Amino acid sequence: MPKPGYFCSVRKRCFRTNRLLRSVVLLLLFGGVLAAQSLHSVGNIFKPLATPAELVSELSILTIAICATIFAIVAGLMAYAVIRFGYREGDSRSEPPQVYGSNQVEIAWTVIPILIVFVLTMSTARVTSAIQDRQIPKDALNVTVIGHQWWWEFRYPDLKIVTANELHVPVSSMAQPRVTSLTLRSADVAHGFWVPQLAGKTDVIPNRTNKMWIDPRELGTYLGNCSEFCGMEHARMELRVIVESDEDFAKWVARQQQPAATPELTENRQAFLASPCIACHTVSGTRALGKMGPDLTHLMGRQTLAAMEVPNTAENLRDWIKDPQKLKPGNKMPAVKISDAQLDRMVAYLASLQ
Amino acid sequence: MASIVYPLDSGRDQGRTAERGTAYSWARFVREWVLTVDHKQLGLMYIIVALLFFVISGLQAAVIRAQLMYPNNSLVTPQVFNRLFTMHGTTMVFFVGMPFIAGLANYLIPLMIGARDMAFPRLNALGLWLALFGGMLLYSSYFAWAGPAGHGSAPDVGWFAYAPLTERAFSKGTSTDYWILSIIMSTISSTLTAVNILATALCMRTKGMTLARMPLFVWMLCVVAFQILVALPPLTAAQVMLLLDRFLGAHFFDTAASGNAVLWRHFFWLFGHPEVYILMIPGFAAVTEIVPVFSRKPIFGRAAMIGASVSIGFISLGVWAHHMYTVGLPSNANIYFATATMMVGVPTGIKIFNWLGTMWGGRIRFNTPMLWCTGFLFQFLIAGLTGIMLAVAPFDWQLGNSYFVVAHFHYTLIGGLLFTLFAAIYYWFPKATGRMLSEKLGKWHFWLLVIGFHATFDPLHFAGLLGMPRRIYTYPTGRGWDGLNHFATLGVIVQAAAILIFVVNVLYSLYAGKKAGNDPWDAWTLEWATTSPPPEYNFATPPVVRSSRPLWDVKHPEDPDWKYE
Repeated sequence: MPKPGYFCSVRKRCFRTNRLLRSVVLLLLFGGVLAAQSLHSVGNIFKPLATPAELVSELSILTIAICATIFAIVAGLMAYAVIRFGYREGDSRSEPPQVYGSNQVEIAWTVIPILIVFVLTMSTARVTSAIQDRQIPKDALNVTVIGHQWWWEFRYPDLKIVTANELHVPVSSMAQPRVTSLTLRSADVAHGFWVPQLAGKTDVIPNRTNKMWIDPRELGTYLGNCSEFCGMEHARMELRVIVESDEDFAKWVARQQQPAATPELTENRQAFLASPCIACHTVSGTRALGKMGPDLTHLMGRQTLAAMEVPNTAENLRDWIKDPQKLKPGNKMPAVKISDAQLDRMVAYLASLQ
Repeated sequence: MASIVYPLDSGRDQGRTAERGTAYSWARFVREWVLTVDHKQLGLMYIIVALLFFVISGLQAAVIRAQLMYPNNSLVTPQVFNRLFTMHGTTMVFFVGMPFIAGLANYLIPLMIGARDMAFPRLNALGLWLALFGGMLLYSSYFAWAGPAGHGSAPDVGWFAYAPLTERAFSKGTSTDYWILSIIMSTISSTLTAVNILATALCMRTKGMTLARMPLFVWMLCVVAFQILVALPPLTAAQVMLLLDRFLGAHFFDTAASGNAVLWRHFFWLFGHPEVYILMIPGFAAVTEIVPVFSRKPIFGRAAMIGASVSIGFISLGVWAHHMYTVGLPSNANIYFATATMMVGVPTGIKIFNWLGTMWGGRIRFNTPMLWCTGFLFQFLIAGLTGIMLAVAPFDWQLGNSYFVVAHFHYTLIGGLLFTLFAAIYYWFPKATGRMLSEKLGKWHFWLLVIGFHATFDPLHFAGLLGMPRRIYTYPTGRGWDGLNHFATLGVIVQAAAILIFVVNVLYSLYAGKKAGNDPWDAWTLEWATTSPPPEYNFATPPVVRSSRPLWDVKHPEDPDWKYE
């Protein structure tokens, strides 16, 4: 296991090792969460794993094929003109025939592009409508996504669950389609929800409600990022979508619906409840009811910290709380004045929130 | 034919050259560089301002690329990075692109239409000083008092400044105010230039120059001027609204008080998309003058060329929301804007085909101006085609705000516009200074920039296809982006070398370049009928023209164009 520490040191270590070792390290880090799951770390838009992304990918390939054909023809003609009609030593110095134009040719190269535009427009209209105007089935899972500077809040209104940065959804299949309907809102400035392998991006705009839907077909963790510049830490506003089998999803829901675990040592809990942290964070079942920051009720159920690629371990958590500005400069979480002993207790408590 | 007196101006200016040789004095400096209302002097000053900001902004881009060379790099802090890309975008659009174009227009239009100056010389001077002081105002933000909130210094909200990130709640201090005010100055400057271009082209043409015979360069700049008059006021208005929001508590874009964030985007792109063509069409205009001269043929399909320019001018005013496919507009709006955007491809295609038709069957001389035009043709073709990809709304849901977009518009603005601007510089430098730029250095400049440009921007398309968002100050490793970004940064070094050679070429040629003579390229438009550099009054006797290629008529009295037009 890599040494606990800051972002860079952890990650440099990870990726100097080869792919196999890397998977092993990740498995160790995330324990059972990742068991039997693959990490879709590539945001390749041509490897779609949900219907919206797949429709887009098909249309994209058609568009690229048309554009590539146009390029081959026109660039070919240009290259021919450059080579064939270039002035060479020994050519006559007199002027070439003065040609002013040709109506037939002009009409041809006006009409042909119009026909191409027509084809592209029709396919665009079909796909746009198939994605945007699709009827969301009644049994769809509803999730409200709320963009914050610089993290994601996920609320499941029907299931009474609130979590952050990692969106859990059930897997969909031809036999058993499970659509997840996302309602996008923002708490502050404009953000963008983009997980390339699932769907195109949709902006998350304050004072406006946007909708999108996904139906992921393969189990695993899908990575994405905020896609609209939203201020200082826009780069580190990562998104994870964790697609689970129906059973695993049901288990996850059941766990999330429970109040926070009661620790063996109430001292640890007291350390947390006495800290200023509770002004911004909620731990259900306690008097920590803050709304500014992510809900911490099941903190350790999440893979990473702070919407970044930092593994969510007790050590990293301690470093994060001690100086949040070091790990993610400019983020809204201030460092709190607290003794090391208190900090240890607090981390022990938070680390128990499975 | 008897009425055609040019090119008789050569040699008439001997006395003036002698006067120029007199001793340097402050009075002369002030007269030439501060009080001047001469369109040529102002045009050159515009271009000098643009080139200075170009170098500054290019260096900012180099720092941006250096930061992105490695994943998790920490060369600059997040805030400094955000300031860099905000300043880079704002500078390149408002204080490089716009002044350069104004400079070309001001220098060339009176010469091309046989006039002695622009219609409103003082307005012209006002425009220049507004542009210069606007840019200086923007950069003075770096020295601004940090303020009690500690948010001074340069703006960091992006050149698009999406609401509500620009509201007081999220942008404290003065940085956004500097941005707003400098852009208001720039937009006023451009609007004045547009008024001046239209008035000059419509009212100051020499005898015999009907609109049909007016050079295509002037035609295209008239289209640009029209677009500026329609597209820039929405931006100026939006900036004033934003100022009201920030200082008087108005709620236009303040979402916390029921303001509308999408409204800002409409205003911004209502300006922002025509702006792309405002920047690009002057490049087209230069190519349209240069390609025929070096192919030794008239432009192919002159009427179609005018028609295509005018239709680009109109269609481009109705495509702005293709920058807004992801804001959640209804599907029929997205489909409309996709269709309209692709329609712009048709007249743009016509232009490319007409340039190709001009080269076809010609005897093309590949001097440096033509080299730049050739590079432009290939690169702009690619830029146009990736533009079609972005116009397809669902494809844009994936590509929008990714590095694919960054690659696309740098292909347009460097591979397209910058190459044409260099073509224009190499082509008209002899006219403006009386000396040729070195062909040898020019070829080095060209090939290094081609290599550096492709090394930087070709890989970034693929980073976008692999899901890399833009405007991120760093990125995690392991997503397939590392190598592409590394390579892109190496390309910047080659580009910087190319620009350095250009600077050397200009400085060297100013003093030691080959004497140009009046008409070094054997060209056909009126600016080549006068001396290089032209006298203050341009033409001793107003020329009379009978066709769209007046100097062809003079050089080929046996086969003049006016017989066919």
